[in-house]
Amino acid sequence: MFPLGIYPYIIGGLIIGIGVALVFIMTGQHATQSSFFSSTLSYFSKLPYFQRKTYLDTREWRLYFAAGVTLGAAIYASTFSLDGFWTTKVQLWRIIIGGFLVGFGTRLSSGCTSGHGISGVASLSTTSLYAVITFILFGIVSAQIVRFLGVLP
Amino acid sequence: MNNRNIVLFIGGLLFGFGLAWGGMAKPEIVLSFLQLKDYGLILLMGAASLSAFVAINIVPKFVSKPVLGGEFKPRTRTLSRNTILGAIIFGIGWGLSGLCPGSSLASLGDGPFLQRLIQRFA
Repeated sequence: MFPLGIYPYIIGGLIIGIGVALVFIMTGQHATQSSFFSSTLSYFSKLPYFQRKTYLDTREWRLYFAAGVTLGAAIYASTFSLDGFWTTKVQLWRIIIGGFLVGFGTRLSSGCTSGHGISGVASLSTTSLYAVITFILFGIVSAQIVRFLGVLP
Repeated sequence: MNNRNIVLFIGGLLFGFGLAWGGMAKPEIVLSFLQLKDYGLILLMGAASLSAFVAINIVPKFVSKPVLGGEFKPRTRTLSRNTILGAIIFGIGWGLSGLCPGSSLASLGDGPFLQRLIQRFA
């Protein structure tokens, strides 16, 4: 079940949760991820979709939050990590097509693994719970099909 | 930088640090969950939700408003066809690439991108 042990997952999850908790207690905001991409596009695109109030109101702090996420991962890789920086063997075409589907899907669904998965579930939102079950199920189906077709990893 | 943005930055640091510690910026680890070989992602998501649950549901019972002012905003999402359709499309892309929005931001920090940048300029 857990070939790499359970501690990295539990410790990592708790630290993520403490970050979300800190932001909520201090500011009342839900520190979630996927809206960052749309709210940042509102600086560049005049399309009504990007110019909606919720993106304009949150786009500044989302930039600071995203910068923190990237830097936090870099700090981990250069300090505590045993393997340091990593590379992936996942093919570029999978990352490009997958990235497009992830971006489109999370916006259509109004949440991602952090918005529905952490903040939504923590808020006991049934909408988020249905979304989480759906994307995990389809993620499993999609990953199994890719593996069945002999595309690795 | 005002106080709110400093808090958001520190919250982001913790989020990215924890995500990297749990290995979830690596597509291979996420894929090993979706291929049902390593169930760690459920543990990580559960541990994160649990600490967020305390802050979101219990703290507002004792504290009337956030430390830096404003109000505790409930996360309101109404279930619609788009919630599920979007989750299906996201899931397919997630299973194909092993990346989600948070992990892709973190992977800029602990993955090949920053490493190559450092190699080029250091």
